Amino acid sequence: MRLDALDHGHGFGSKLLFGIIRLASGHPVSPVIKVLRYHADFFGKQLQVVTQEAMRGRSEWSVGDRELMAAVVSKANDCTFCVAVHTGVAAKVYDDAAKVDAAMADHTSVAEPLRSVLLLLQKLGREHSVDAADMRRVLKAGATRAQIRDALAVAYAFGIMNRLANAFDFAIPGPGAVAAGAKYLAARGYG
Amino acid sequence: MADIERARQALEKRLLEGAASVPATLRRAAFEGRDPGPLWTRLLEKLSRNTHDVTDDDFRAVKAGASEDDVFEMVICAAAGQATRDYELALAALDAAENE
Repeated sequence: MRLDALDHGHGFGSKLLFGIIRLASGHPVSPVIKVLRYHADFFGKQLQVVTQEAMRGRSEWSVGDRELMAAVVSKANDCTFCVAVHTGVAAKVYDDAAKVDAAMADHTSVAEPLRSVLLLLQKLGREHSVDAADMRRVLKAGATRAQIRDALAVAYAFGIMNRLANAFDFAIPGPGAVAAGAKYLAARGYG
Repeated sequence: MADIERARQALEKRLLEGAASVPATLRRAAFEGRDPGPLWTRLLEKLSRNTHDVTDDDFRAVKAGASEDDVFEMVICAAAGQATRDYELALAALDAAENE
């Protein structure tokens, strides 16, 4: 990573945790965990609360839908690391990798109202601009206000982490690490 | 409905008002997308928009004049700030659509 402190600057407790993770998983510690554990009281603890609520809190969207949203937001933000991880989690939760691959290749293959929500998130990520007309289209497609707010919560959480992944230069995980991370996030969430 | 508001506001308050390595005025400038000064201009502009284009040289440049903790905090404030602007803009658009 581009800051040495994120690889080597953690306290004893975090270093111990990283050792346990490496031993238990057989994979390197995720750079996401390293960022969240570095001066965690400044940033990581609160972002974990936000992300857990957005991704696993009560919602009319399924967990798989929200993981797919996270992958779409990550793609719009050009975050290769997060696309790899969250397409993996979505595929795991849906138990359908082909469905996720198809949705990522062409959002219009997805049923409404998720389709319109994915297109909205894509526009927000790429253009940093959506307007009332965009929202009317999503509402007309059948999404409720609560569903749109929940989708925007996903976009907020990943709008932060995508930028950090690119800025700090997170190493792209190999297939084994993606699978292990997907299994963990599917089972345990973000808390 | 998922409710991120309390945690989102707590995060913003911590980033902008809590104790940190970087003075609060600079953190707030980074968060709000204003230029905190020439040392930070190039990196933070990229953080607001095209983060995929951030380079090792961008980091070397800021580390020449700031500690790693300073850089960590400013990067996080800039990232959280842009995500906040996008989120609030989208919520305002949703309100506008419903109030027409």
